[in-house]
Amino acid sequence: MQPIQLQWIDYTILIAYVAFVLGIGWTLARYMKTSSDFLTSARSIPTWVTGLAFISANLGALELVGMAASGAKYGIATAHFYWVGAIPAMIFLAVFMMPFYYGSKARSTPEYLKMRFDERVRGLNAIAFAVMTIFASGISMDALAKLLNQLLGWDYNFALLICSGVVLIYVLKGGLTSAIYTEVLQFFMIVLGFAPVVYLGLKDVGGWHAMNTALQSVAVNPATTFLNSSTNFAPDAWTSAWKPVLAGPAHNPMGVDWFAMIFGLGFVLSFGYWCTNFLVVQRAMAAKNMTAARNTPLVAAVPKMFFPFLVIVPGMIAVALTSMPDKNYRIPPPIVSEENYAKAIDAVKSASPADSAAAVKAVGDALGEKVAADKIASLVAANAASKLSDTQIKQGLYNSIAENYYSGVILSLIKKYCPPGLFGLALTALLASFMSGMAGNVTAFNTVFTYDLYQAYFVKGKSDRHYFITGKVITVVGIILSMGAAYFAKQYDNAMDIIQLVFGFVNAPIFATFLLGMFWKRTTGTGAFLGLFGGIASSALFHSLTIAQNNLPGVKGGYVHVLQIFPSEMAQNFWLASFAFTVCFLLTVVISLATARTKSDADLKGLVYSLTPKIVDNNIPIYQKPAVVGVVLLIVCVILNLIFW
Amino acid sequence: MGLDIRWPIGLMFILIGALLAVFGAVVQSDHAISLGININLIWGIVLLIFGVLMLLGAVRGGKKPPTA
Repeated sequence: MQPIQLQWIDYTILIAYVAFVLGIGWTLARYMKTSSDFLTSARSIPTWVTGLAFISANLGALELVGMAASGAKYGIATAHFYWVGAIPAMIFLAVFMMPFYYGSKARSTPEYLKMRFDERVRGLNAIAFAVMTIFASGISMDALAKLLNQLLGWDYNFALLICSGVVLIYVLKGGLTSAIYTEVLQFFMIVLGFAPVVYLGLKDVGGWHAMNTALQSVAVNPATTFLNSSTNFAPDAWTSAWKPVLAGPAHNPMGVDWFAMIFGLGFVLSFGYWCTNFLVVQRAMAAKNMTAARNTPLVAAVPKMFFPFLVIVPGMIAVALTSMPDKNYRIPPPIVSEENYAKAIDAVKSASPADSAAAVKAVGDALGEKVAADKIASLVAANAASKLSDTQIKQGLYNSIAENYYSGVILSLIKKYCPPGLFGLALTALLASFMSGMAGNVTAFNTVFTYDLYQAYFVKGKSDRHYFITGKVITVVGIILSMGAAYFAKQYDNAMDIIQLVFGFVNAPIFATFLLGMFWKRTTGTGAFLGLFGGIASSALFHSLTIAQNNLPGVKGGYVHVLQIFPSEMAQNFWLASFAFTVCFLLTVVISLATARTKSDADLKGLVYSLTPKIVDNNIPIYQKPAVVGVVLLIVCVILNLIFW
Repeated sequence: MGLDIRWPIGLMFILIGALLAVFGAVVQSDHAISLGININLIWGIVLLIFGVLMLLGAVRGGKKPPTA
């Protein structure tokens, strides 16, 4: 890929954004006086701000890139990650769980576990979480540095250093408040930066209906666009969200069944993430009062519900464009080095049109990619008939690579439609989301590390000043560790697979622990600890015994023995989560019943549902009552599902 | 926490919006890539309006953050 020359206008927009972000950090610095100001924002932020930050902390750049990629691979059904896999859990968090997080005065979700159970459960959760945030932030930074390297030709180390540096400055200056404020800025950057790209893309394919018509012709023969090359689907496979899923795993490009979708994604994974992950919950805990805290996930649910149109539709546009020959676009193929292109151009020139099989093999070998035989054969024939220029041959080669690099979809659309100026805006939006991904993780890390590990185990009972300074030092350490994690991800091609695998093991069972802790007073510390441990172990075991179709045993599973083959990796993940949750749930229940309670009803007041006085919302207007708003949002979400049924 | 975030958001989008609009109106002449639409001008104005609305909110809200 040729680096793009940014123009002065693009640089100006980029620099303006960075200047404002640093300025926010600078302005907030003078309000940072205690560890609580720095690490928890001293519970002072208005709802709409925490709400947008809540959604923005989740909407990292990897999500932007990944959702467009999935939109291309799976179509509108990708929206299940929003309508099934987020909204219900966010509403549950607001209505049922937030009162305990906020009301218990815990400063983090691990600290809630300490209050509800004991040190062991907190320690296990805090350590796992701290490690995960560092790797998550590292993956994000690695992706950003790679992007700047490929797109603009910046040096990887320089890109990594400068972006980490910006994040370090504003987080160190303004703490969590800085991160939250920047996330709000980033929210608007993303929405306003990507909306024109979606608009131009839709206009280019001829509107929503024309896009759907094109996708229907792709669905019955996906191989034409190098999608999912072996199977043909019903025409609505890319344009209906539920019908293909209900028809069974063989009838939808995700390869999942409805049970795994609803229980695995909609319940276990989604509630596990949205209701327990401190990265997002921390934003709600920074709200200024209980009502604001409970309304935070609800404010967030509104844009979340409509994000599919911003982040998934671009992927669908890309597939539609690819199927239209006159648009001169394809979903980007895997990145091939200039050197290999040069070799392949030579191979095309020296190939004989008479022996097309040999020509195809020679060209494919030179490129190092799988190629479409018919396209290579016609390219060779065209070159033999009348000499093509190197640029024309290269274009032909580009179009004949029979694989897609889905992560490149969003950038390719930005490049296709954005003139200088708008390009700078879209690029800044992307950059903003990478940086706030890092900031979000670092602010969650420094809180958990300072309060749940450092203060709990290493240095107890010092002055607040001491923990304030520690929080700042840990912020620096967190950024340095993230950079280390970024280099780790850069070093090993499958680093990201491994890291996400471990995330999956740790995250799958955790919701059972919180659920039982909050809603069953009989749950004991020993039960929770061993149940969680068993749940994590069971996910590793499940993974070692199962694999998805077309994957080889190894990092993708099945390394002990293959007992079960799933139609897709996604199905494997959903079932793994369902299994680990069930194991954790049952183990926790059985062990709790077998062990004695160590906390009395009085100890658990404010921590367990049945022992906590219900919140009376009499004095707040009806449109601010979490239960009312929650029901309304749920209805809207159901309607969206029905529209795209 | 001291700072009303609507100030920086408003100011930033006014700045970027104005830049884009002026760039689209004065400097850029070829709109082939954006389907013949002067998207910089149009979108610059949209950003500008958004920025002004944010600032208006900040001015009207004064130092008091909104309740919802």
